[in-house]
Amino acid sequence: MTPTTTSTGRGGARRGPGPVGALAGRTPWVLVLPAVLGMAFLLLPLAGLLIKAPWPTLPERLAEPQVLEALRLSLVTATIATLVCLLLGVPLAWLLARVAFPGRRAVRALVTVPLVLPPVVGGVALLLVLGRRGLVGQWLDATFGVTLPFTTAGVVLAEAFVAMPFLVISVEGALRAADLRLEEAAATLGASRWTIFRRVTLPLVAPGVVAGAVLCWARALGEFGATITFAGNFPGRTQTMPLAVYLALETEPEAAIVLSLLLLAVSVIILASLRDKWVTSP
Amino acid sequence: MSLHAHLVVARPRFRLDIDLTVAPGQVVALLGPNGAGKTTALRALAGLTGLSGGHITLDGAPLHTLAAERRPIGMVFQDYLLFPHLSALDNVAFGPRCHGASKSDARRTAAAWLERVGLTEHARARPRQLSGGQAQRVALARALAIEPRLLLLDEPLAALDARTRLDVRAQLRRHLAAFDGATVLVTHDPLEAMVLADHLVVIENGAIVQQGTPAQVAQRPRTDYVARLVGLNLYRGIATGRQVKIEDVLLSVAEHLDGPAFVAFPPAAVALYRTRPDGTPRNLWQARIEGIERHGDNVRIHLEGPITASADITPAAVAELDLTPGQRIWAAVKATETHAYPA
Repeated sequence: MTPTTTSTGRGGARRGPGPVGALAGRTPWVLVLPAVLGMAFLLLPLAGLLIKAPWPTLPERLAEPQVLEALRLSLVTATIATLVCLLLGVPLAWLLARVAFPGRRAVRALVTVPLVLPPVVGGVALLLVLGRRGLVGQWLDATFGVTLPFTTAGVVLAEAFVAMPFLVISVEGALRAADLRLEEAAATLGASRWTIFRRVTLPLVAPGVVAGAVLCWARALGEFGATITFAGNFPGRTQTMPLAVYLALETEPEAAIVLSLLLLAVSVIILASLRDKWVTSP
Repeated sequence: MSLHAHLVVARPRFRLDIDLTVAPGQVVALLGPNGAGKTTALRALAGLTGLSGGHITLDGAPLHTLAAERRPIGMVFQDYLLFPHLSALDNVAFGPRCHGASKSDARRTAAAWLERVGLTEHARARPRQLSGGQAQRVALARALAIEPRLLLLDEPLAALDARTRLDVRAQLRRHLAAFDGATVLVTHDPLEAMVLADHLVVIENGAIVQQGTPAQVAQRPRTDYVARLVGLNLYRGIATGRQVKIEDVLLSVAEHLDGPAFVAFPPAAVALYRTRPDGTPRNLWQARIEGIERHGDNVRIHLEGPITASADITPAAVAELDLTPGQRIWAAVKATETHAYPA
């Protein structure tokens, strides 16, 4: 009798603060230790940036026209690249999710190749196709007098190429999760396929589109390899922040820190402001 | 001016093949067990499932050649499928908008419909803020707002709890009476079908097994499924005069007929005896009690024997007769309480 009472009493006392409290004594260090190490590994470099930053000269360095130029170029190209991705990627995701066509699985796999492709290779591939003597570039040059490599448009293309799969994957997932029967209900109400897409499908997958666009934009903002290969490194025209950081690192490390800090701050601010949408997305 | 349809939908392990005729203002209920093909038939009428054969004609014009969005239909789905991102008003206005009404006209039409279903004060509510009964009424208003000539209802009350269902059913009945187009209703609930429909079509395994007015179907079931639905014992046999031979049993019946025949009688007409009763000229057979279960205020006894039957008796009688499963017992039915009709 007595042992039973004691154990119930102890159990009751432990259960007090809730289930977490009941488990607190048994936290497995095998998991906690690597978790803390992992956290440190991710956060220490960022802390390093903050510690090493030349705070006293920061304002004047930030005000340098070259810095602002690179920041402006980065934000503008990443935003345009995201818009391009939205314009092309959402319909592509819809096609992959909704229309059964032969080779759909192969296309789906190919679309995600830029995810695993080293960006430099992507840049080389873009040069081969859209370069002055490239397959399509040659024709563009001859017919319209348009050259893409080493221009701001080239930066946008390089960024869109690398970032679009993020959007396509996110939107396609949202489309597959959306209730198809709502689209049927819309059809019985007289909605054409385009109206259904516009007024039913798109609002339903909006969180997925936002999440995809954020990922896409973040990826475009940080793009380096494909951009420097396809668009080069011309200040004011193709030199985005990551390129400027890399260049500054060789000549003036403090400037590189300032640029990195700026890029970090801009990314964090924008991602944090979109966090609600991002977290609630499917 | 009505719906005429011959619906054929062939699937690898299922084939639907039914003829349907619905007059304007008439409500036809498709009744059947799960998997019978009721919903498939409804989806075929709506254009959401393609026909493998047959045709659909509405008011003399072919319907099956039109895509779903071109058909003059309104459909209420089982779980309503209201658009979650639109208010009740905009859900109802969706159809009129698609049919070319201006935004303000569509909203006016929608507001009028919400008023008719008594939901004016919920016009701005999102579907997830509505109760089941309210959502059902919005779904009905949404389907009717496009002034369809064919209204399709897929288990319109199935998602509601029992108490709400009575209210909503009464309202639905009123709205169906006011609707002058053809209505096809799919349900597995016989009561719902009988209350709402003028004509029942019973489907089993993709084919029509019986149709008629609710009264006809209730009185003269032609399959075990229908007999169970309407709560009758049903047998098929060969009639000679006032007797019907069912396998080895000869039942005396009230009607005079010859040839293949059905005999039906309610479980309440079955009397049970511990010992063989004498005297009264009844249909009498010895049976074994298979099961005993509560059925409303009475007790339903399942009887095995030369014929399988259900008997409804009072709990007092169960106690008096001291009935237990497995027990042998005498069952009797008066000829006047049976109903025989040609098969």
